Amino acid sequence: MFTLKTLKFCFALISAVFLSLPASQAQTVRLGQAISESQLSNFDLVAGPDGSGFPAGSGTAKAGKAVFDSKCAACHAANGEGVSGNTKLVGGDIHSEGNPLRTVGSYWPYASTLFDFIRRAMPANAPKSLSGEEVYQVTAYLLFLNDIIDEEEILNKESLTEVQMPNKDGFVDLSHLH
Amino acid sequence: MTNTKNGGFMSDELDRVAGNGLINRRHLLKVGLGGLGTALATNTFGADAGGKLQIPQWSQQPGPGTSSYGSPSSFTGHLQRSAGTPNPIYPGGGASRSPLQHLQGTITPNSLHFERHHSGVPAVDPAQHKLVINGLVDQPLMFSYEDLLKYPMVSKIYFLECSGNSGTLYGNTPADGSAQSIHGLVSCAEWTGIPLSTLLDEAGVKTEAKWIAAVGADGASMGRSVPLAKALDDVMVALYQNGEPIRPEQGYPMRLFVPGWEGNISVKWLTQLKLTREASQFRDETSKYTDTMTDRRSLQFTFPMGTKSLITSPSGQMSLPHKGVYKVTGIAWSGAGSIRRVEVSADGGRSWADAMIESHQSDKALARFSIPWQWDGGDGILQSRATDSAGNIQPSRDAHLAERGLISFYHYHGIQSWGINTEGEIKNVYT
Repeated sequence: MFTLKTLKFCFALISAVFLSLPASQAQTVRLGQAISESQLSNFDLVAGPDGSGFPAGSGTAKAGKAVFDSKCAACHAANGEGVSGNTKLVGGDIHSEGNPLRTVGSYWPYASTLFDFIRRAMPANAPKSLSGEEVYQVTAYLLFLNDIIDEEEILNKESLTEVQMPNKDGFVDLSHLH
Repeated sequence: MTNTKNGGFMSDELDRVAGNGLINRRHLLKVGLGGLGTALATNTFGADAGGKLQIPQWSQQPGPGTSSYGSPSSFTGHLQRSAGTPNPIYPGGGASRSPLQHLQGTITPNSLHFERHHSGVPAVDPAQHKLVINGLVDQPLMFSYEDLLKYPMVSKIYFLECSGNSGTLYGNTPADGSAQSIHGLVSCAEWTGIPLSTLLDEAGVKTEAKWIAAVGADGASMGRSVPLAKALDDVMVALYQNGEPIRPEQGYPMRLFVPGWEGNISVKWLTQLKLTREASQFRDETSKYTDTMTDRRSLQFTFPMGTKSLITSPSGQMSLPHKGVYKVTGIAWSGAGSIRRVEVSADGGRSWADAMIESHQSDKALARFSIPWQWDGGDGILQSRATDSAGNIQPSRDAHLAERGLISFYHYHGIQSWGINTEGEIKNVYT
């Protein structure tokens, strides 16, 4: 049976346990499970402009046309001209009058973004369904449609990061302000 | 005080503080008011034909009992998010907007918090979901949802605003819209989660790391790059929204929360944080969410949301039913700090009066303001202007456009003008 005395004892015991822990130790919880980068090779899809994160493989625009026609053209139209504003992938001139049409050719500063976005998010109805080869091929095809590379040029991890996008100097990085 | 048909006031009692009927903000505290839909001879409601007040029907029987998950009154069914028209070729994309004109205080109910998705709402099973920290760290780590719940957490009230909010006001013609349809991509909640610095410390950030690529578990694997300095400052991995687990449309089971910055960077369904030297240049920080200036250069990483306010009532598509005194109320916020001051004008910005701040004035949270206003039946333009703790003053639309140009689409935070005509109709206007 609980008496005032036992309650006081319990309170003293609880206080002793908590007060004996330094604040930092009481706050330290470390439950992250170690994992290796090789275990993340299918999971980590971030492909950066420095060439990091790209898979092996390669593709040409010539090979990419077939993939584009069957997997992409339904929304982006046969030659990437699109069926609505956000689906236009070719054309446009950033220096045109009024609000310019912003596409891969007229606006995107990095070719790596094209590979990265297609691999993670496209096609919209079945994202991540393309193989690494197919992503290289479609990326090459879109760069070809925008007159940035030749139809036969082999796009791979190395050559992709060397592609010079027409609007690469069109951005002002303000991240240093924050 | 004599009760009159002038909304409950004798005109000569009113302490006027600015043009076209603005009244001292302290007036509401002293005498109250008759306002939207409540004024005039309303002292007979609930009474029978003889003027005697009767017991209502619901007081004469027991009501239904408890419920397992509460829902709003059937009389408030008009409080709905507006979902807009889905894009048939991309149905998971799109946005829904909060009904700002029907809300009070500063906290947005979870069911009415705005949404913006890039590939729909994934059905994430928390038992299988993983949060991975890798890249430039001493030890890549993987966390389960269950384990994350065991960490010490912080709770903070923060606004969240889509950087495309109010973007229609860049247009040459003022949209015929409401507070919801024009500005409804802002909401505010208490977010509870783990400071990101705690988890980064556990993985051990290498000195060469300067950015974090944050990736979601949605179909698009939405990604954004967050500068490490901000990540170590006030960013959290949020697990709760207003006390309950984050809603699926807000990122269940977890989202990144980046206070004060454009909503898109608070990556939902967060599953990966990769430490990198440089920004990853994701689609949503190059092709989208960049601001093209009139010289055709585009500003990138324009993260903080501007100092902003708007009057939510009375507001666009409402109407004033009668002449008299109204409570003008609205919300204000800033990505640079807390709200220090809100001024209101009823004459299109010729004269201004200080509104009362009714709410807390927390860092990067919505604040609620109000001021009484007597509408005499004439034309008018209601505006509000916020000042934040960093001294930033909300610009006029013209000043905002002069800085940002007309090609830009994001980060609109100019002063909102609600025009009132002699019929009492309220419309979005430009001055």
